[in-house]
Amino acid sequence: MEASATQQPIEMGIGNEAGNADQYLTFLLNGEEYGVDILRVQEIKGWMPTTKIPNTPEYIRGVMNLRGAIVPIIDLRLRFNMPAIEYTATTVVIVLKVEHEAGERTIGFVVDAVSDVYNVTAEQFNPAPDFGEHAHTDFIRALATVDDKMVILLDIDQLVGRDAAMHAASQH
Amino acid sequence: MSIDIAQFHQVFFEESFEGLEVMESGLIDLEIGRPDSEAINAIFRAAHSIKGGSGTFGFTAISDFTHVLETLLDEMRNGTRDVTREAVDVLLLAVDSLREMLSAARDGSDFDAAAVAEVHDRLEELLKLGHGESTAVDAADATAPAAAAPASTGAWLIRFVPHPHLFTTGNDPVRILRELCALGEAQVQADCSRLPDYAEFDAETCYLAWTINLDGNVEESAVREVFEWIEDDADISLIREHDEEDVAVTAAPVADATTAQDAPALQVAPPVDDRRSGDDRREGEDRRGGDRRAAGGSASGTSSIRVDIGKIDTLINLVGELVITQSMLGNFDEDSGQIDYDKLREGLAQLERNTRELQESVMRIRMLPISFSFNRFPRLVRDLSSKLGKQVELKIVGEQTELDKTVLEKIADPLVHLVRNSLDHGIEPPADRIAAGKSAHGTVTLAARHEGGNIVIEIGDDGAGLNPEKLLAKARERGLVGAEEILPEDKIHELIFHPGFSTAKEVSDVSGRGVGMDVVKRNIKELGGVIELDSKFGHGSTIRIRLPLTLAILDGQLVRVGGQTYIVPLVSIVESLQAQSDRVKSVAASAELYRLRGEYIPIVRLYEVFGVEPQSRVLEQGLLVVVEGEGQRAGIFVDELLGQQQVVIKSLETNYRRVEGISGATILGDGTVAMILDAGGLIALHRHPASPKAAHTNQAA
Repeated sequence: MEASATQQPIEMGIGNEAGNADQYLTFLLNGEEYGVDILRVQEIKGWMPTTKIPNTPEYIRGVMNLRGAIVPIIDLRLRFNMPAIEYTATTVVIVLKVEHEAGERTIGFVVDAVSDVYNVTAEQFNPAPDFGEHAHTDFIRALATVDDKMVILLDIDQLVGRDAAMHAASQH
Repeated sequence: MSIDIAQFHQVFFEESFEGLEVMESGLIDLEIGRPDSEAINAIFRAAHSIKGGSGTFGFTAISDFTHVLETLLDEMRNGTRDVTREAVDVLLLAVDSLREMLSAARDGSDFDAAAVAEVHDRLEELLKLGHGESTAVDAADATAPAAAAPASTGAWLIRFVPHPHLFTTGNDPVRILRELCALGEAQVQADCSRLPDYAEFDAETCYLAWTINLDGNVEESAVREVFEWIEDDADISLIREHDEEDVAVTAAPVADATTAQDAPALQVAPPVDDRRSGDDRREGEDRRGGDRRAAGGSASGTSSIRVDIGKIDTLINLVGELVITQSMLGNFDEDSGQIDYDKLREGLAQLERNTRELQESVMRIRMLPISFSFNRFPRLVRDLSSKLGKQVELKIVGEQTELDKTVLEKIADPLVHLVRNSLDHGIEPPADRIAAGKSAHGTVTLAARHEGGNIVIEIGDDGAGLNPEKLLAKARERGLVGAEEILPEDKIHELIFHPGFSTAKEVSDVSGRGVGMDVVKRNIKELGGVIELDSKFGHGSTIRIRLPLTLAILDGQLVRVGGQTYIVPLVSIVESLQAQSDRVKSVAASAELYRLRGEYIPIVRLYEVFGVEPQSRVLEQGLLVVVEGEGQRAGIFVDELLGQQQVVIKSLETNYRRVEGISGATILGDGTVAMILDAGGLIALHRHPASPKAAHTNQAA
């Protein structure tokens, strides 16, 4: 909540002409930098052991108690088929609000480390190229160039919404 | 300043529905021919409030309808009309119509206008009919507007001078005037002499007064009643006109009743804008019905609960105690150095007690007496028994027993079904009963009581009971039971809970469609309850429903498998035992069965079903928790039993989705999350193992 309250532009590289820039919280994942809309970020917390949910894919690490709410935790490395690593001191859980057909959900995402907050304007957007067979790009909103770095901006609703494991069990 | 009256809609609807319940139960209890005036008064008051409220909120159709109803009730109250069975029937129908109209107004939907009109006509008919009779008896007492009472008396001259603060009490003089006009022909004249200069004008002060000339045939009591609610907020004088001829002559009467209605409204309009618009809306009911109903609809989205003030007071006391405990514990900070561990321990114990009591009290807020659900049954039994030609008496016991609002709402439909069943299948027609040596009157008993942390609801009848032979024959015919199979009686009784099993020879309007008891049983299961049946052929049946008091908390047994802690609801545990290897049998080298007192139950190895690493895979080193779910038993193999505790149920679906074999999650004392097992789902999962959903990797980049 604190993060979302911060509306003032934060001093940073290119593109801080306040105007219609959106703020993105970026994080690192296997050396790549990803960004999510900062207004979706509910909180950032350190990794804590979770309770496993039976019969779920490996990337769903389980559920965590977030002040009385039961919040599922997704390991984004595993979700993106990246090699798993030992969790370190910088490993954090970014808790996001996700719009879902059944209403708003709170979901935690395990990432390697939190990186920065950027103002990104529309001019810095590059549409995600079609990777063809190599990758599904539905959940990539755009690629942005910030300080000559590429930041992959995620569409978190798509990422969760397209995930069959997040929906009710089909076989019954 | 404008008040959005839509914000009061919800309260109005709640009160109206409560009023309808009062009317309904009152009408049913009304003794034909020998009415209790207090009972009729209660019904009348309920109708009157609905009328007043619906008029205020502009639900003209409802207030008009209630008006006829009210007239009828008024005559009964005055004793000018006999309470006949027919009248009560029509009044009950009218209550139904009102309920429908109110629901329609609340949800912004349409009601069946034709049906309502028919009931309306029947009421009018009754009114005329009854009136004809009653005038014959006592003409002077007739109060109906259509009354043709002797017109010998002079007109009423009413002087109505509201106090300046009238508007702040929420009363609308226009409504009063309108009610007067409804009583008989009236001429209304507004007195604007008190109006101040524009600069001093206060929109919330009433400066106007009225003089009303009303048809002399109207009874004094009827006129007084119109002013009943504002007696203290206005000066009202009521005189027969012939006593004060001059006044009537000097007063310049406004043309006729209809314009008279509008005239004061228009004069009042500029200062009290909101009231004018409220009045306007009432007139524009038909034109603007749509958007107003929409506003009403949005109010129905939220549900509210009425809480006994005593419960709130208890809560406030407890919070007070909590604050005292907190400050007591806070003092330990200041006493630097020495810590008195005894005192600290004492404080913590007090905190624990406070917390527990607070939790219980908060839970109690959601508890409502079961009478909310039981109240509908007298009507149901009355209607059904006359339809079926049976004589049935309904006994209700323990209607003050409280249970959670959610449970209460969900139990309503199953209860209706069970009571219908009792009437349709249980109680015999009077002739059969007499032939069987019983009284012609059958009795259906609805009883509720608390037992431990559960509520027990019993639906009993002294009817025919279940015929085990018939049941068995039917079951054989349907192939549910083998031809040679011999079942004990209680197993035969359980057959009626089997899907698609109905013993009614013919599908009747009341019950017997074959979707019944199994649905009831499933509903009860979903609430975490159990349903049992006791029946003695020829002597009646009793169905016993045992439900948890609340859905928010359950008593759980903590079990451990490897590093994971799970919670098994205590209600589903039959027993826990140490497995003995000689009792473990295997079928086709795969399925494992355990012999438990002559019964073979499947062994569910939880670590296998849930894919976790156990401490031990050897049955003797762990424990079998025998559970029952959806009529099936199974032994769940776990490493260890931990403690028992009450747990607060949290849904996994809020942020994730439903998981098979899991009914929810909870947070343990150390802050970690534990899964609550669903015995039925677990047994199903054991039979058809779920494939871990790792197959969705194609979604990933």
